[in-house]
Amino acid sequence: MLLFLFRRLVQGLAVMFVISLISFSIQDNLGDPLREMVGQSVSEAERQALREEMGLNDPFLAQYGRFISKAVRGDLGTSYFFKEPALQVIMDKLPATLELVFGATLLIVFISVPSGVYCAIRPNSWLTRLILGVSILGISIPVFLTAIFCIYLFSIELGWLPSYGRGELVSVFGLWESGYFSKDGILHLVLPCFALASIMLPLFIRLIRSEMVEALHTEYVKFAKAKGLRKVRVYFVHALKNTMLPVLTVGGVQIGTMVAYTILTESVFQWPGMGFLFLEAVHRVDTPLIVAYLIVVGGIFVIVNTLVDILYGLINPTVNLARTAQ
Amino acid sequence: MKKILKSMAGMVLATTLAVGAQAATLKVAYDSDPVSLDPHEQLSGGTLQMSHLLFDPLVRWDKDMNFEPRLATKWERKDDLTMRFHLRQGVKFHSGNDFTAKDVKWTFDRLRSSPDYKAIFEAFAELKVIDDYTIDLVTKKPFPLVLNNATYIFSMDSEFYTGDDDKGQPKDRLVKHAGSFASRNASGTGPYIVERRQQGVRTDYKRFADYWDKQSPGNVETITLTPIKEGPTRVAALLAGDVDFIFPVPPNDHNRIYRSSNSELVVLPGTRVITLQLNQERVEAFKDKRVRQAINYAINNKGIVDRVMRGFATAAGQQGPKGYAGYVEGLKPQYDLEKARQLMKEAGYEKGFSITMLAPNNRYVNDARIAQAAASMLAKINIKVDLKTIPKAQYWPEFDLRAADIMMIGWHSDTEDSANFTEYLTACTDESTGWGQYNSGNYCNHKVDDMIRLANQETDLAKRAAILQDVERTLYEEAAYVPLHWQNLAWGAGKGVQAESVVNVMNFPYLGDLVVTQ
Repeated sequence: MLLFLFRRLVQGLAVMFVISLISFSIQDNLGDPLREMVGQSVSEAERQALREEMGLNDPFLAQYGRFISKAVRGDLGTSYFFKEPALQVIMDKLPATLELVFGATLLIVFISVPSGVYCAIRPNSWLTRLILGVSILGISIPVFLTAIFCIYLFSIELGWLPSYGRGELVSVFGLWESGYFSKDGILHLVLPCFALASIMLPLFIRLIRSEMVEALHTEYVKFAKAKGLRKVRVYFVHALKNTMLPVLTVGGVQIGTMVAYTILTESVFQWPGMGFLFLEAVHRVDTPLIVAYLIVVGGIFVIVNTLVDILYGLINPTVNLARTAQ
Repeated sequence: MKKILKSMAGMVLATTLAVGAQAATLKVAYDSDPVSLDPHEQLSGGTLQMSHLLFDPLVRWDKDMNFEPRLATKWERKDDLTMRFHLRQGVKFHSGNDFTAKDVKWTFDRLRSSPDYKAIFEAFAELKVIDDYTIDLVTKKPFPLVLNNATYIFSMDSEFYTGDDDKGQPKDRLVKHAGSFASRNASGTGPYIVERRQQGVRTDYKRFADYWDKQSPGNVETITLTPIKEGPTRVAALLAGDVDFIFPVPPNDHNRIYRSSNSELVVLPGTRVITLQLNQERVEAFKDKRVRQAINYAINNKGIVDRVMRGFATAAGQQGPKGYAGYVEGLKPQYDLEKARQLMKEAGYEKGFSITMLAPNNRYVNDARIAQAAASMLAKINIKVDLKTIPKAQYWPEFDLRAADIMMIGWHSDTEDSANFTEYLTACTDESTGWGQYNSGNYCNHKVDDMIRLANQETDLAKRAAILQDVERTLYEEAAYVPLHWQNLAWGAGKGVQAESVVNVMNFPYLGDLVVTQ
């Protein structure tokens, strides 16, 4: 286990290094940060002077070297727009994104597991057909359309739910400003969480259903049924447990997609999280922030994949972590 | 005793209710946020909108483009170089300090050290303090735009910004890319103070109790400003009643706001002109006046305004909009396809030629679609256009390199003055003066430059307007560039928000004077 973690750490650092190199070398193509910082009538000479002052005219290696030497001390540069350490800015926005992802995950788990299992048990019922039909629709509609439709229906027409932002936040132990502890905050979470979940839901319903169908045909489930165990126990303990491994694999991979889709969801709902921050940073050519975001997201990927692998080991002890890491 | 208490409670309740009916809160959603609380850090619409809330200028524009006294109560011209301003007395800063002439001088000196504002104040020699409530603005040469520039002098609280902050940096430090004391703290004389600010997420403003302007009808006690980048989200927030005031409203959503019973649309003709520049150094044919004219005749500005902009713009035949000094009533957009073909034939380009064109796709309203429309119109006179549209972040470096044969540029005059358009867009490129910095057409006519130079020293405003009108006529006849249209401005307002009385073509709504009825 320790060996596995150590290898993952080395891998992670290598990934981070490559990301930093790539994002650093593309930054010249992202546009001119000075243009976003100065008014239209500022002269070229004035802009050159500012560029010089900010070290933007230095050769690539000098700039990159400066970046790396600071990065190893935990300083990923200072955001041009926020004027604060980029890492700090991202960490400030991280809770908003995590709460969004958490809410979406809850929705996915609590909707996809029961409906997937139901569809497997009752393959011919009208409800199954409805669920599968809607999920095809869900797969084919892009997330921002779902989001705009939700806003139109629930905010404008019905007036039930707020259309943007996070609403009232409650401070938890002074560490975390959370939307989960006030009615207003929860109301603000509903639509964005649903929009974000909508991309993954169909996938998971279908995956759980097909894995479950397979499990129901296995000998041990038939045996358990024959033994007269309660149906709920057979379905949810015996059968479901064995469908979870592939679901977890897909889930781990999908976390990446989720990060990508938070960008879209957050920008439609003006959700003050990391994804929205990134999109804005691209618009503003806030290069230090862009680089820092890519590194942080890279880090999240590495951590999540490591966690998924560890969970694997816990669910199915025959998986040998140290060996799979090779 | 009990009875007395009860009636007292009743009285308290009654007064709170009365205040509650008077004071209103306003939730505002703009498409962007000011980058800083420092009014001198960046010259942008967002900064100026903020400055009108937190600070006060010496004078400001009213709805008819006249000057309205603010911190200066009156002004008079002493001689060719000097304009005297009398300052308002009894004005307090948010910090409690008194506002005097030394604050204006301090502000003026700081403005002249700001990279963004330096150019605007180039013409000035100094600001002289005569006494506590009188100042003289002295220019190097006779200069007609003293009052235009005075709209930029938002007095800061010199005492408040003096000394060192907790990081050991001077409080008045002016930097762009690192946080400074002034970028996080503000003390002005304006109608609002900042209560809480999360950059890029939300800013809460609270009405300043000691605000000097007791005549102002404004009754908005607190303002929450949320930047909402996405147009559809901004409109949805208004329609859902989550915000009360939005800018801008994308043309596609105008009807939704019109139709909605609890919101209103306020539209004003804007002052930002959208143009195409024809690069004469890259394309030999563009050196021929007839070809440039043919292009002007081939592009149907009116059609673009009607179809692409859905009527949300004014077709232009010149640079400066109506109301500006140089505006000439007779310069209408030209559109005559037959004449265009005729001119191409005369110039020997009947068979046409191929060129490249570059336009941004997220800078101006419908920019990419305007460029597409223009390109297809040019096809009718056999000019084949290879059009590329790119995001503004990548566009500006390309624009600086003048990297395509036709490029799109929109311009709003920082001084609300006609000469500014020529200086940046159509003057001969001169790096030492900065003239022609945005002239990607490389059009150069020294006669025009001389006229502008003359106009910039002419303090008789009628004479000056005549010169500037001559400039517009010359550029029109020469077909120096292709004027397309002036973008309109549109705000959306919720019920009871009397937005119409505070919005203006410069797009800094005077929210301090806003009246909201419940």
